[in-house]
Amino acid sequence: MPDVSRRKFLSLAATAPLAAGVLSTAAAGGETGRFAPVTQETARKRIQEQHLPNLPLITHEGKRVFFYDDLVKDKVVTLNFFFAKCDELCPLVTANLARVQKLLGDQVGRDIHMYSFTLKPEEDSVEVIRDYRRSFGAGPGWTFLTARPDDMEKIRRGIGFTYPDPAIDKDKTQHIGNVRYGNEPLMYWAACPGMAHAKFVAETLGWVIHPR
Amino acid sequence: MYYNVFGEKVSRRRYKEMCEAAKNRRELIAAGLTSRRDLFRMGLLTAGGMLVAKSGLSARAQNIFQSPGAGGNPVNTNNPPSSGKTTSPGTNQNCVPSNQAASPHTNPFVTPLPILPIAATTALSTFSPQPTDAPNTASGTDGTEHRAFAHQGPTNYSGQFPHANALSKYYKFHQRQFTTTQMSPDLPAQTIWGFDDGTHGTISPGPTYQAHYGVPQLTRNINSLPNINQVNNTGFGFPSVTTHLHNGHTPSESDGNPCDFYPKGQFCDQYYPNVLAGFSTSPFAPTGDINESLATLWYHDHRVDFTAQNTYKGLVGFYCLFNNLDTGDEGTGFHLPSFPQFDIPLLFNDKVFDPDTGQLVFDLFNLDGILGDKFLVNGVIQPFFQVSPRRYRFRLLDTGPSRFYEFFLTGNVGGGGTPTTNPYFLIGTDGNLLPNPIQVNSVRIGPAERVEVIIDFSNFAGQTLYLENRLNQINGQGPVAVDSQLFPQNDPVNTECSVALAKTTPAVKPAGAGDLILQFQVTGPKVKDNSVNPATNPTFYTFPDTTATPRITRTFKFDRLNGQWSVNGQFMDCGIGPSGFSETFRFTVQQNSVEHWLLTNLTGDWTHPVHIHLEEHRILTRNRAAPTIPADTGRKDVTQLHPNERVQLFFRFRDWLHKYPIHCHNVVHEDHAMMALWHVEATGDNVLVP
Repeated sequence: MPDVSRRKFLSLAATAPLAAGVLSTAAAGGETGRFAPVTQETARKRIQEQHLPNLPLITHEGKRVFFYDDLVKDKVVTLNFFFAKCDELCPLVTANLARVQKLLGDQVGRDIHMYSFTLKPEEDSVEVIRDYRRSFGAGPGWTFLTARPDDMEKIRRGIGFTYPDPAIDKDKTQHIGNVRYGNEPLMYWAACPGMAHAKFVAETLGWVIHPR
Repeated sequence: MYYNVFGEKVSRRRYKEMCEAAKNRRELIAAGLTSRRDLFRMGLLTAGGMLVAKSGLSARAQNIFQSPGAGGNPVNTNNPPSSGKTTSPGTNQNCVPSNQAASPHTNPFVTPLPILPIAATTALSTFSPQPTDAPNTASGTDGTEHRAFAHQGPTNYSGQFPHANALSKYYKFHQRQFTTTQMSPDLPAQTIWGFDDGTHGTISPGPTYQAHYGVPQLTRNINSLPNINQVNNTGFGFPSVTTHLHNGHTPSESDGNPCDFYPKGQFCDQYYPNVLAGFSTSPFAPTGDINESLATLWYHDHRVDFTAQNTYKGLVGFYCLFNNLDTGDEGTGFHLPSFPQFDIPLLFNDKVFDPDTGQLVFDLFNLDGILGDKFLVNGVIQPFFQVSPRRYRFRLLDTGPSRFYEFFLTGNVGGGGTPTTNPYFLIGTDGNLLPNPIQVNSVRIGPAERVEVIIDFSNFAGQTLYLENRLNQINGQGPVAVDSQLFPQNDPVNTECSVALAKTTPAVKPAGAGDLILQFQVTGPKVKDNSVNPATNPTFYTFPDTTATPRITRTFKFDRLNGQWSVNGQFMDCGIGPSGFSETFRFTVQQNSVEHWLLTNLTGDWTHPVHIHLEEHRILTRNRAAPTIPADTGRKDVTQLHPNERVQLFFRFRDWLHKYPIHCHNVVHEDHAMMALWHVEATGDNVLVP
């Protein structure tokens, strides 16, 4: 029975080429010359251009940095948002990330860099984010950042932390509580909830620190 | 001619703008949303309507789990979490189009439908190391094994299972990267991922398994994707895999659990016993319940957090299961059209290609769901299929990532007069045949769902017909209106979206105005048809009993809290312990017991296709009423959970033990933690809201 089916199948295959059969024509396609060539570097650049704008920010230490060049390029990172006066979600997520940092130990600052961005840069000055950071016991390698409001908004939109509905998107109490994580040079990007179990978040980050 | 992602004609200028947006999203980022002016500006840059969309318009914002407010008005559920609520708001976000330029133009119906080859077996002697019942400790040329625990052998079946090195069918499937121009002659070569069975080369979709009940088999899934520690991908995809056999009554160590992933150089021996549920206990031992027979399964990567990318990149394929009734031979058994000539698996997915480079792209930074504007069947954009004027069995599979389809058989397209809608017969839902065929004008499926249909082309000789998707879906969260008992299909226009988008927004588009996905050319030779005529109402199986009293009724709330997808307010946790595998679970089902599960959707307008591993279910009620939609009446492994719905499911958990997941199969939601792990053990727990 299987033999019969297979024979029948092969006769059918003569009229409808297999996916594999089409492979041999890889160089064909008259119109395809109109497309720009792609390399791994252009793929990486595409991600940078669409999602990781190289905009200026100020760290909790008052240092001026650029989002892509200084924070993300060639690094493994976590990206999340908070604001100092947020009374429910942000403290939970920030406290959770503090647990994650402890679990990751000295990898933070060396193998992975954690960044938390204020959603309300107009309220959250360098002093405010410095105090906020200190109150959660954040260690080295975890940087809190503020920026010009327009630039911060572009960074938020770039990493996809938006709602489809503009009215909800504007409501900062409903802001996205996920943690974007990625290995920039290897182009591995994903996200996990900021309120997921800290042990599992640390495990998750391990996948892109030492990919497996 | 220039088109946007919805297939609407746009000006050259507008098209350029969209291309620019896709290339650099600079406009989107620059638009911001901080003022009315910015919103307006943004509206010009997107497909329109965004500026008038705002929360509160939605009748669906009212939450069925809350009583109406004073005066009968819906309670406003748009309470921010900071007010103490833990549920997400109801909105009309499904009226907001995704912002995306159209893929490059491709000419439809120029490439024949690929018939996916039948997977080839491999000699056991080539397996290195040889398969073992316990996870392999030896390494060989196939690599080293990554498996959670030994193949299960129910105690009363010790003579049958397992014998990993004494089966009759063995497969070796490598997951590999390959380059292909199969998708369209108008696109450049694409580097994607597929399966290599050792005979057909690497292909995507992978080869179709032709499996038989009573013939246990083993697949060695070998990760031969690029090295995970080098820059070698195309901008998405994570070369770490675990291959799930979707809908299989499969022992958990072979199920392809999302947490049991492994990198290049490792493999997992997955043992598929092809046995009917109920085989290990009275009254169906030792053969199992024939009414539990499965027919259409599929396999796909299930790597936690990366399933959307990896399946989109090609790691999907069919698994067809036959028995002595559903034989694959129209001369015997149920007399269904013969496999594989007249029994055709059709694998659907929708994809996006970069307008500049023509390369397949995936939005890595999307949290909501992803839509494509190119529709592929068996790996080809809009293929044609030459058929003979006779009956065919089609197995339709939606592999997502986030698209719902409503399939019509449309005729008279492009000629004089209006396009026609031609009825066909629904014979199966997900993995199962229905008791009898049901004549339908259309059938709706969501991500991971399957339907089986019989189309009779005998009255269409010489004509051209189309499989047309008429469902209106404009972003990744679900259709603009749902085919539920709350929103019946005969409610033709989504009023709230029509207001928000300032144009009539039909739930289901008119004939010929949808997506023509597959063209049937009824120009094949007249051939004999010995298959059963579904109009004679043949009987297939009967439904297993669903009246048994459940041991427990558990509730699962599918929700979104600040953009974080959750089940009962909790998030996916692999619970990986010292063993390197999952050790903690949300709840424990008692082996060989009956349970009811209540799935509830608190997420406003979001639709969740919820999938449960190991056992199938029946839908007992949808919002407290018996199911009425034909596709809801069958046996299921995925249930569409529409906005503000409560669906009650019947389960009978049998035979196999240990770990399985429940999750949303909108794979973007799944990857963002809308999943929970549970256990089957000899003794169950009593957790009502796991």
